[in-house]
Amino acid sequence: MSREVQVTFEVNGEPVSRRVEARQHLIDFLRLELGLTGSHTGCEHGVCGACTVRVDGRIVRGCLVLAASLEGAKVETIEGLSDANEIRDLQDAFIARNACQCGYCTPGMLLTAAALLDSKPQPTRAEIREYLAGNYCRCTGYHAIVDAVEATAAARARQPKQD
Amino acid sequence: MNEIIDPGSVDRPNSYIGKSVPRPNAAKLVEGRGQYVDDLLLPRLLHVAFVRSPHAHAKIGNLDASAALRLPGVRRLFTGSELAQHCEPWVAVLAHLKGMKSAPQLPLPLERATWVGEAVAAVVADSRAVAEDAAAKVAVAYEPLPAAVDMETALDPASVVIHPLLGDNLCFERLNETGKVEEAFAAAHRVVEATFHSGRHTGATLEPRSILADYNRASGKLTVYHSTQAPHMMQGVFAKHLRLAEGDVRVICTDVGGSYGIKVHVYPDEVAVAVIAKLMGRPIKFIADRLESFVSDIHARDHRIKARMAVDAQGHITAIDIDDLTGIGPYSVYPRTSAVEGNQVVNLVGGPYAFANFRAKTTVVFQNKTPTCQYRAVGHPIATAVTEGLVDLAAGALDLDPVEFRRRNLMKDDSYPRTSPAGMKFEGLSHEQSLDTLVGMMDYPALRAEQSRLRALGVHRGIGFASFIELTNPSPFMYGVGGARISAQDGCSVRVDPDGSVVAATGVTEQGQGTEAIIRQIVAEAVGVPIDWVRVLTGDTLTTPYGGGTWACRGAGIGGEAALQAGLAVKQAALRVAAAMLQGKPDALDMSDGQIVDAVSRQPRLPLAELARIVYFRGDTLPPDLPRELMQTRHFITKQYPFAFTNGVQASWLEIDVETGMIRLIKHWCVEDCGRIINPLLVDEQVRGGIVQGLGGALYEHCLYSPTGQLLNASMADYLVPMAAEMPDIEVGHVETPTKESLLGAKGAGEAGTAGAPAAVMNAINDALKPFGAKVFAQPFTPERILAALGKAKAR
Repeated sequence: MSREVQVTFEVNGEPVSRRVEARQHLIDFLRLELGLTGSHTGCEHGVCGACTVRVDGRIVRGCLVLAASLEGAKVETIEGLSDANEIRDLQDAFIARNACQCGYCTPGMLLTAAALLDSKPQPTRAEIREYLAGNYCRCTGYHAIVDAVEATAAARARQPKQD
Repeated sequence: MNEIIDPGSVDRPNSYIGKSVPRPNAAKLVEGRGQYVDDLLLPRLLHVAFVRSPHAHAKIGNLDASAALRLPGVRRLFTGSELAQHCEPWVAVLAHLKGMKSAPQLPLPLERATWVGEAVAAVVADSRAVAEDAAAKVAVAYEPLPAAVDMETALDPASVVIHPLLGDNLCFERLNETGKVEEAFAAAHRVVEATFHSGRHTGATLEPRSILADYNRASGKLTVYHSTQAPHMMQGVFAKHLRLAEGDVRVICTDVGGSYGIKVHVYPDEVAVAVIAKLMGRPIKFIADRLESFVSDIHARDHRIKARMAVDAQGHITAIDIDDLTGIGPYSVYPRTSAVEGNQVVNLVGGPYAFANFRAKTTVVFQNKTPTCQYRAVGHPIATAVTEGLVDLAAGALDLDPVEFRRRNLMKDDSYPRTSPAGMKFEGLSHEQSLDTLVGMMDYPALRAEQSRLRALGVHRGIGFASFIELTNPSPFMYGVGGARISAQDGCSVRVDPDGSVVAATGVTEQGQGTEAIIRQIVAEAVGVPIDWVRVLTGDTLTTPYGGGTWACRGAGIGGEAALQAGLAVKQAALRVAAAMLQGKPDALDMSDGQIVDAVSRQPRLPLAELARIVYFRGDTLPPDLPRELMQTRHFITKQYPFAFTNGVQASWLEIDVETGMIRLIKHWCVEDCGRIINPLLVDEQVRGGIVQGLGGALYEHCLYSPTGQLLNASMADYLVPMAAEMPDIEVGHVETPTKESLLGAKGAGEAGTAGAPAAVMNAINDALKPFGAKVFAQPFTPERILAALGKAKAR
């Protein structure tokens, strides 16, 4: 049906080597080949953000990236970030503020929010809303999500990063 | 016993009811460790893709699947006629909706496709990708037929009759009338009128419809993993239509990625999946893709309402008269039916107000578009927009402030119980107090001053209000009396395990509202244990008490009361054992923080875990005739009122760019009264999420059809939904009027936001446009429509 390509890259710190269909998207590769079901399929054309993952440190849409194009790349998913405790404070803030209802958008939302706080540690509410504008949440109405991101930023400002 | 829900008792141990306790199941969701249906894999799993009609109405001719079946990995192709041999058809009508009719429906149609996106054949393959490849290669010889697309002309003699056996395209009509309407209009000081449109839109759940059906031929049992709100209802549906015993069907509902009413219906393609699983004896998975979601998830709210209101010289409403028309697609949706939305409109219009003369007619017609059915706040946003739009027109006609006009006309807080002109029974509402609270929260006079200051600078801001009622805690009068096997009762089983921990199994379900959280709070308080000792089980027909699931805002009010009663019964059972062990009386003891305590001194007497250890492992040491039933089940159903109505009021503050027609939402307020609040954190977010869903329908969401019935914007890029950047901060306030029907006193809170938001925005827009003499009444209020109202663009 579709040409296959041999590809080797890293997912959540572990090496992965597979023959993949040239047409297979990263989100399907993660879910179907690796069982990493924390990233979700929502719109399948880059609009909703449910499949947001990190590739080489930058957030991408898993439904717009072909797995075959990732030779040598470093991919990180919600499972990897969680196991590494990298965004524990943000996750705790989402729980405390009830910024996650059905949870389907949440992994993508968290990766996007984490990217915002990395690039701009003290965003305004308007900046948070603008940055998250590519992640669709049908449940919360966004207010609680903005609160959780804002609270995380404030807490991080009070507690300087320990190196 | 009533002390358990005394809000003054919130500082006692285990007084969780009324507190903002985080959700126990959120922890797994934020780590991506939830389990949605698409995350499940079973051995020998196959996948389905559907061949869907590209025509709004067409005869299905020869179907050539030879090319599809040649693809490696393709297993089977199923047509409508093959599945029909193994499935009983259904007709979605309810007996209490007099005269309602609909056509028999099967998993896949036999002869004709009746909307764009209707599944006409199913391909089964080793992967979804291969199934989709194969579906694209199935050649169907369609013979296009004339389509009835526009609801306004669906009943014209010239329109094609979609189902000849029905005789015409009329599904249902109802006239709800009280008082002397014509006389009231003839005697009116002023009459205001408008034609309102509510745009057809859809739920757009982020997790699409998902089902995995597994039939085990050896045991004869069907297990369905289903993203649904009503597992017990679906169990009955699969059993009946697949000709299985109800006991041979188990529906398991793991995490659900959003539902909002979309996932409480029977979808023909999902029944097809279950039939295919039974025929193939293998697990079959179907996850709708986004295009499929847009064309086959139910749509809603496709209404046109001509409305008028009569008022007297003192600014009192004397009559309301509305004529509603709604198009529901080619079939009424099973088993709730698609007539309920129109029926709700004629029940809810005018709901917050005291007046005498009322006439409301709904006409529900078939058309060749995607079927519509119940979606969050069924009928409420339509009825509220009509009512509140008329209220603002009347206030304007009398030159009264909209708040003052509402104060003159809202039902008085001390006037309950009472019945509305539409026949709705109200136990107790708080419109006046809610409005007062809202006006205080928003600092209304300051906002008006700001508005007029900015107007002088050419900045056009508007303030809009919307009072509303919301139907919650439905009794069998909603569906059961009409013959639908939809439970209005719900149950909860609570048990104490040997370590003293507690398990609560409930028939209500979780789709993110926080059902499991509130059941845990209620049970922990009722039994008297720390909250983290309680585990909650939902969404499995084999292991939870029979119940209706979560819809129509019944989870807290119905499921919560059953949990409270079951928890109290377990406590009593434990105290009885404790009394025997301590040689005292049960009523001299109580439970607190997992300890049996002296009821008066509150001194600990015995750990619950020790009591449970004795019961389970050393029952020989207890008196032989002593009951030791550490598991209790209780059910709850409302009996005095058909529905527990709630109420509230919203306000919108927005700015319009009169050059571009763009609307900027600045702030939104809501005060709602859902009775006893079990968890303020969860209620507030239900309200906020509901408001934003209402704002979507008000401003962006619209299923656009071509004149030939093609859905033009079936993608997330073209169908606009509310995103974070456009949404305002939302302030939520509360009034609490508990229902006296239950000890818990809770009513529903999930739909209040959606009910009132579009009306508040509409009134704010029209307030902003006041200096231009422009008004809009057709949702969604797009920039194009704003500009058309301003005479700057052509209306479409």
